[in-house]
Amino acid sequence: MSQFLQQLINGLALGSIYALIALGYTMVYGVLRFINFAHSDVLMLGAFAAYFLNPSIERTFGPQSIPGALLVVLLSALICAALGILIEILAYRPLRNRPKLTVLITAIGVSLFIEYTCQHRSVFRAETRPFPNLFPSRDFQWLGLAVNSNDLVVLAATAVLLTALWFIVQRTKTGTAMRAVAFNPQAAALMGININRVISFTFGLGSALAAIAGILYALKARGIEPLMGVTPGLRAFTAAVLGGIGNLPGAALGGFVLGALETFAGGIPAISNYRDGIAFALLILILLFRPAGLLGKPQTEKV
Amino acid sequence: MNPSDSPTSAATTQATAPLLESRDLHVRYGAINALNGVSLRVMPGQIVSLIGANGAGKTTLLKTISALHRAKTGDILYNGESIRNLAPHEIVRRGLCHVPEGRMVFANLTVQENLQMGAYLLTDRKVVAQELDYVFTTFPRLKERLHQMSGTLSGGEQQMLAIGRALMGKPRFLMLDEPSLGIAPLLVKAIFEKIVQINREHGITILLVEQNANLALEIAHHAYVMETGVIALKGESRELRANPDVKAAYLGGR
Repeated sequence: MSQFLQQLINGLALGSIYALIALGYTMVYGVLRFINFAHSDVLMLGAFAAYFLNPSIERTFGPQSIPGALLVVLLSALICAALGILIEILAYRPLRNRPKLTVLITAIGVSLFIEYTCQHRSVFRAETRPFPNLFPSRDFQWLGLAVNSNDLVVLAATAVLLTALWFIVQRTKTGTAMRAVAFNPQAAALMGININRVISFTFGLGSALAAIAGILYALKARGIEPLMGVTPGLRAFTAAVLGGIGNLPGAALGGFVLGALETFAGGIPAISNYRDGIAFALLILILLFRPAGLLGKPQTEKV
Repeated sequence: MNPSDSPTSAATTQATAPLLESRDLHVRYGAINALNGVSLRVMPGQIVSLIGANGAGKTTLLKTISALHRAKTGDILYNGESIRNLAPHEIVRRGLCHVPEGRMVFANLTVQENLQMGAYLLTDRKVVAQELDYVFTTFPRLKERLHQMSGTLSGGEQQMLAIGRALMGKPRFLMLDEPSLGIAPLLVKAIFEKIVQINREHGITILLVEQNANLALEIAHHAYVMETGVIALKGESRELRANPDVKAAYLGGR
């Protein structure tokens, strides 16, 4: 039982990070109908932003202070929001009316461009750097469970961010405009909605979440390097498809399901080496029976 | 150029100047000429109908005016200002509102959220509340369905929502594309009565595209007949209704 709870906590912590990343993929898909493959690199840039910001903020706030850590996270999120908006304006906007395949391939190009530029020796270099503990970190025992305080930080941050995102999307005018653009951009334009501004907002929001997820991922992995976004990015993309691409609660659910599957499979010693295989086999099974994803509605392609 | 943001009543422009004018518009879809030199004028306070067969270019003309399509040559003047190079949202800001063909309500939003989107550019809550009141008195059905997903509404209700949503933006000029499409005949009559009422009570100028030529000519002051990308006929709707060619081709008469 305690073994089960232990794995559940680990799975939820990992799933939270997938969920935060998956939301960015699914939001962008919602408004523009393509997969922004550079999203996983924004995550990496978020972790690097925190890495470079941290020393100077620690000098002012002292090491591992909570306000200092929050400031690092906030600034990294803002930097990545700006980067996300910039990527859309420079790379995707000029192709807005081209076939979706063109944009998709461009997204892969942007992703590779960022990854290999960052590995250059005059940028970040390819090696792994130790990531500082931004928050005071402690291991403690609780009901026979070994819990690291970073896992609690991850869970708390995810809970706060998911609530905030729900509020923005469901309760604000800009969020409603996002949903309107996702449903029908032409009709939204006829309401006086500036489509480009809504798309920028969507990229900014998704990229900020990716930056925070990147920092949380780095806290767990304890190290960062320019390709660190690839694996969690792929998992999160899968999670978004699993939940139903374009569906926000689906992306969050998909992230948690994938994180839990991976952790539980990894926790059984006989099969732990096959954990990715098992997680993805289950994923294929789910999609065989629900091709539109867990919460997605089957849609016919509009002509 | 600094036109006012809030649409004012039609009385402020001289009745002699058209509120909307298209001059020799040419629009192409790939190799096809969709519009081949369309010139049309709509005077403030009027209802002008645009009739013609499927594919004549009526919807293309409306979409070009609201900047969903770009014209190759020609110009569009609204209130004396060229709006040809503006973005769609900038045109809405000037009080020119387009209710598109097929209604295009946001099926994933509630009726209330749809109406809220119609008022997207209004910042004064009091004005929004006034407009909402006006929409509810015009279409009481919408008030009953306020918290329903608009995708669950009937076709007629969706058309009411589409028009109500456009009214939320306090338009001065309304373009309606096929409001009778796919709607029960009884409701069509009700909706056309509302269109006349909107025009009379609020002085909102209306450009109406309609397949149902009888109805369209009945409520309009002036009308244009389009055929394959050009204006074939124009005049007062009384005259057009008496025109034997129009009768034969569009009114189902002898």
